[in-house]
Amino acid sequence: MSQFRSDAAPPRLTAIAAELRGRIVEYSGKTKTPHLASCLSCVDILAAYYFDILRVAPDRAADPGRDRFILSKGHAAPALFQVLAMAGFFPAEELWHSDHNNGGLFGEHPPTPGDLPGIEAATGSLGHGLPMAVGMALAGRLGGAGYRIDVLLGDGECNEGTIWEAAMLAAGQRLSQLTVVVDFNKWQATDRSCEVMALAPLVEKWRAFQWEAVEVDGHDIGALLKVLKAPRSDKPLAVIAHTVKGKGVSFMEDDNNWHYRTPTPAEVEAAKRELGLIS
Amino acid sequence: MRNSFADALHEAAVEDDRVVLLSGDIGNRLFDRTKAVAANRVINVGIAEQNMMGVAAGMALSGYRPVVYTITPFTTYRCFEQIRVDVCYHEAPVVIVGTGSGLSYASLGPTHHSMEDIALLRTLPGMTVFCPACPLEVGAGLRAALAHDGPVYIRLGKKGEPNLHDAVPQITLGKAITMQDGSDVCLIATGPVVGLAMDAAKMLAKAGISARVENFHTVKPLDVARLDEITARYRAVVVIEEHGRIGGLFGAIAEWMAPREGARPVLAGVGAEDKFLHKVGSQEFARSYFGISTEAIVDQVRRALHT
Repeated sequence: MSQFRSDAAPPRLTAIAAELRGRIVEYSGKTKTPHLASCLSCVDILAAYYFDILRVAPDRAADPGRDRFILSKGHAAPALFQVLAMAGFFPAEELWHSDHNNGGLFGEHPPTPGDLPGIEAATGSLGHGLPMAVGMALAGRLGGAGYRIDVLLGDGECNEGTIWEAAMLAAGQRLSQLTVVVDFNKWQATDRSCEVMALAPLVEKWRAFQWEAVEVDGHDIGALLKVLKAPRSDKPLAVIAHTVKGKGVSFMEDDNNWHYRTPTPAEVEAAKRELGLIS
Repeated sequence: MRNSFADALHEAAVEDDRVVLLSGDIGNRLFDRTKAVAANRVINVGIAEQNMMGVAAGMALSGYRPVVYTITPFTTYRCFEQIRVDVCYHEAPVVIVGTGSGLSYASLGPTHHSMEDIALLRTLPGMTVFCPACPLEVGAGLRAALAHDGPVYIRLGKKGEPNLHDAVPQITLGKAITMQDGSDVCLIATGPVVGLAMDAAKMLAKAGISARVENFHTVKPLDVARLDEITARYRAVVVIEEHGRIGGLFGAIAEWMAPREGARPVLAGVGAEDKFLHKVGSQEFARSYFGISTEAIVDQVRRALHT
């Protein structure tokens, strides 16, 4: 199904992805933060981005020339927070000791960029990240900058009209530095995403909107790297990443209860064992 | 409150086969019972709220009674123009239900707060704005909304709200409920914070101040007959809402009061300042952050009475 036969993923990134999954599961159990399965489906994508592709770093969070990544599916923020902590944007203790009941910074959605360097948009309402990214891409072109703008969408998020408004404009404006990755985990909050609306055929929709559009296995880091670093045409790029909601933990995979459920300590331990993080 | 809503929606859908629930990919399991008996009238229209509202208008104009349901900011702000034009301008009898209103979803951050919705919705000609104070008021409110031949916005809490009545109250849209009588000051509240007002009244009683508590579940149309009576009787009125200070119930009452002749009470409000909360926390934390608390109510009463 994937058009890209990947080179083997760098072991470093595979290990990072496993470690991230373990932390995300543990955090969800400790803090009772939901949307766990939605976080797990995009871990490999986030690892590829933050530990290889993106020219971002804690000391250049305000650099106008930095690459920008927007988590438009904002409810995967618990995954992004773990990534940013691992990448040194803030001390991990701040995340683990955040006070969820009384004014912490780390909840279920990203705070504003002003609140947390490394965040490019305070998403949480769906369909906002891509339009904002189009604005950032237009600004980049006006300013002559060559930075990447990459946006992670949910498949359910593609229900929102603003996604398609932004998509039509981006192609019309030939925003070739703009990339969308759709975390196509086949579920939204209450139903399978291809049953709520006629979402499929998804890659064809993006092509019809005049984007370059490809499909990949969203858990194949090697393939993701290849796709996301390939030479670009003058069109924006949509990467339809086929993923599994809850990926990495066998008893969570493709089970939409894990959209809401948080794991017990026993489940956290079982997950970490499966991920090879404990024996 | 959402469970009461699901129960009430079920009863309504069973009784009246014009009732249709349109949900924005939310309400996991909540409507299973209704789906089991009326699958074609429980429709997940996906995460697309502007479309959802237009769809609701179209169904209403075709003789159905659609009930639109998702988290409050998405069923109000996201599709406000559709509410204005497709629903209100067309006088389409759509029931718009926002769940998790005010700061109910404080843990999810400001994208999921709704502190401006009462203000927004009441600006629309033909709209009725109903804020149940507790689960017991939800069913009666939904029935009243469905019996009303025009659009109605129902502003629900989320869960865990204590019941404030001993039994299901009579709900007439536009008619306030006196929760308890008092002689020194009148507290007017809407939504679950009616409970805060009642707690504040207890605190005031200990300090020798007798407070009446009015449940203005309907912000539009305002119960002006009740307001006439209140302004004649009290020298201080404090308005409480889990909403911003701009344009909510306080604003509505101030607008009504401003042009009136004759003596008027001191009018004070307890509501959120004009700022976003950039942190996450419990609803209690968020209310406290915005000064929506029994202490704040007591403080406003004392200032208004100069005690």
